[in-house]
Amino acid sequence: MPKPITALLAAAAAAAIALAACSGDDAPDVSKQDVVAHYAVGVHATYQASLASATDMAGAIDAFLANPAPHTLEAAKRAWLTARDDYGVTEAYRFYGGPIDDEETGPEGQLNAWPMDEAYVDYVDGDPGAGIVNMAGEYPQITKQLLADLNEQGGETNVSTGWHAIEFLLWGQDLNEDGPGARPVEDYTVNPNADRRAQYLAAVTELLLDDLGDMVDAWAPGGGNYRAAFLALDADDALVNIITGIGELSRGELAGERMTVAYEARAQEDEHSCFADNTTNDIIANAKGIQNVWTGDYGIVQGPGLADLVAAEDAELAELVTSQIARSVANANAIPAPFDAALLPGISDSADSRRAVLATIEALSDQTDNIVAAAEALGVAISVS
Amino acid sequence: MNRRTATAITAAVAVAAAIACNGGGTSPGDLLNLRSGGDGTADATTRNAFSLPARNLDTDDERARFAIGDSFFTSNWVIAGNSTEARDGLGPLFIAQSCSSCHGHDGRARPPLDNDDPVRGLVVQISLPAKLGEAPEPDPAYGGSIQDRAIPGIPPEAEIHVQWKTINGEYADGSPYELVRPVFTIARPAYGALDPELRISPRIAPPVFGAGLLEAIPLERLRELADPDDADGDGISGRVNVLPDGGTGRFGWKANQPAVDAQVAGAFHGDIGITSPLRPGPTCTASQADCLASPDGGDPEISAGLFDDVVFYVQTLAVPAARGYPGRERGAELFFAAGCHQCHAPRHETGRHAVPALSNQLIFPYTDLLLHDMGPGLADGRPHFQASGSEWRTPPLWGIGLTETVNGHTRFLHDGRARNLEEAILWHGGEAEPAKQAFRSMSAEDRAALIEFLESL
Repeated sequence: MPKPITALLAAAAAAAIALAACSGDDAPDVSKQDVVAHYAVGVHATYQASLASATDMAGAIDAFLANPAPHTLEAAKRAWLTARDDYGVTEAYRFYGGPIDDEETGPEGQLNAWPMDEAYVDYVDGDPGAGIVNMAGEYPQITKQLLADLNEQGGETNVSTGWHAIEFLLWGQDLNEDGPGARPVEDYTVNPNADRRAQYLAAVTELLLDDLGDMVDAWAPGGGNYRAAFLALDADDALVNIITGIGELSRGELAGERMTVAYEARAQEDEHSCFADNTTNDIIANAKGIQNVWTGDYGIVQGPGLADLVAAEDAELAELVTSQIARSVANANAIPAPFDAALLPGISDSADSRRAVLATIEALSDQTDNIVAAAEALGVAISVS
Repeated sequence: MNRRTATAITAAVAVAAAIACNGGGTSPGDLLNLRSGGDGTADATTRNAFSLPARNLDTDDERARFAIGDSFFTSNWVIAGNSTEARDGLGPLFIAQSCSSCHGHDGRARPPLDNDDPVRGLVVQISLPAKLGEAPEPDPAYGGSIQDRAIPGIPPEAEIHVQWKTINGEYADGSPYELVRPVFTIARPAYGALDPELRISPRIAPPVFGAGLLEAIPLERLRELADPDDADGDGISGRVNVLPDGGTGRFGWKANQPAVDAQVAGAFHGDIGITSPLRPGPTCTASQADCLASPDGGDPEISAGLFDDVVFYVQTLAVPAARGYPGRERGAELFFAAGCHQCHAPRHETGRHAVPALSNQLIFPYTDLLLHDMGPGLADGRPHFQASGSEWRTPPLWGIGLTETVNGHTRFLHDGRARNLEEAILWHGGEAEPAKQAFRSMSAEDRAALIEFLESL
């Protein structure tokens, strides 16, 4: 008796399932192109999130400028802190000449350069007349165009714009050891050049929204932009970019520039968000940004990541990098805030704060070697600091 | 290597041996070595190719020093009084806000193309006439170079204007070429009329990687290569720039700085307006009252520890590997046959250096670090210690083929006049005239092969 057709179909289905299960065990069905494509999705989604919270911040700043008062200033500061976290994760998309740091058009310097040149912008301790805010004769109107032009003056950034300029205008200089800067509300009401300071804050915030909007556009689906060109790259070339971004952020930038320098030089304000004392959150966000790209889980969108691709070649290595990155994020979370407390002269290396900073530096450095190895496992070569 | 190439190279060796020891006992095989920077050579062909630490830099302490140096080389200096106390004291007069403004990605600057071009990377050194062998005599009002920028409230010294002149020439085979030459002028001087006797020497920021290895080449080696009176009669002298204190010049376009620390201190002081333990004292001249009255960022503005780390960083930036390709022998053979190696000496061995990673390395920088008369076409007419107005130090060629990748341009020579490697060769004169003529006489195919070889370095 011939087998009923349904039985045949069932058998075929079972075989297909077995095959699928089998390939699921040995090699997840993820291609390089899938990972590259999902990366573009993740980058776009996280820039969108950054633009959204920065827009909220701009609203809070508008409200503050319309009604300068302690509570509106606090609300603006809270909005900056939230928006700053969303931007921090996007720094994993730097270091390969993508839209953020394209040699000609990249807004990185205008958005996030450091250190901030406070005295170029406003008064500082010991120099009450300093800065563009207090130079009404030379710069009668402070507009975003003026700030963008000045930033470009001399072919390099003056660091008078971006996240840290807004931070400086909200918090002021951090002149004490046990708290962030405490700019008085009067700087926006009765103090000299209060109206010009307000113009500056409004203009620099607009400029930041413009730049973030450009990043969203560059990575938006629909074609004719950087994303389209990125997806058209040979998948290996795209992977070199993706992995260079997280590798360079991991050690050269985050562990090196942003943490080792501060740790070793012990200059109290040699930290990125020195006015708001928000540097620990900056570090956590950067570490998280690396994790997002590695796992493919960007919080708001999930999909295939580098980890899946590497697992197919070397499961042990993939597992190791996943756990190392998780440890870096955990170590970063364990750094006691404020970060600058770990930088004071006289604090022993065995103090909890310094041990936590060092542990994070080491974890980031360790994972970098294996990120390079992971690239090799995928058949591409990257060079990072 | 095929037989024909081998034969040609053997012939070239014979020629080289006959013309004494210029080139430093180079063998043609040296030109095929890809590990330009010894054990520290980096394998990178991307935009960060000049920015990596030497691979043999392996202790945590060394890595940390490299990272700190990197930060203070790369990040902007800010005006005195800022919160980032370790990084303040910019200017008041300056040319750039950071080392990397000019040495972008640790590489090479290009010249301004017109008066509105905001690019950074050109220093216009100035001096009053002095005798050969003496230090350049600074201008009493403007000092040793023109600072064309300043912090708010202080007038910059002047503007640097440029005009480009075109020069036409042709190869032996009749095909034409065009060169361009800049004429720089100091416009709108803000601190009094310029002395009519003022000499100017425009100099482009060169790549900085590999400097520690060059520093580690033993002095005896340079003396061995030198032939100040052209005793061997090959038309090529090669002189050590002996500094007034007896030191040996190795760095700078005229070998006017003896060591990496001196070069770095000079650049901090003159170009960014930052005082250091090696170069304390005001960065303004006595006649610049507003500048002198401005607050400073400490004394010195960069601390001894951080300064040492910047020096360490510059010393230990890795040299990128040369890139092999099929047929590379042909270009190497032409390089050799034209005698380029007589000044661009390919191979050296470093001696002992305070940094272990730099010691006892076999390196291929393609320079003898000596002064050579390059003829009137390149002369700036401004002596610098022992270097005459027409002498220049042989610049290294390692990494030169990655200039476009890293810096997005292919401008070469001391003022950036050459728009590509071909033009750079065609500007050679004086002692290098025969080598230039050899290139001029090559077939188009051979010229391309030689350029391709240079691009592989």
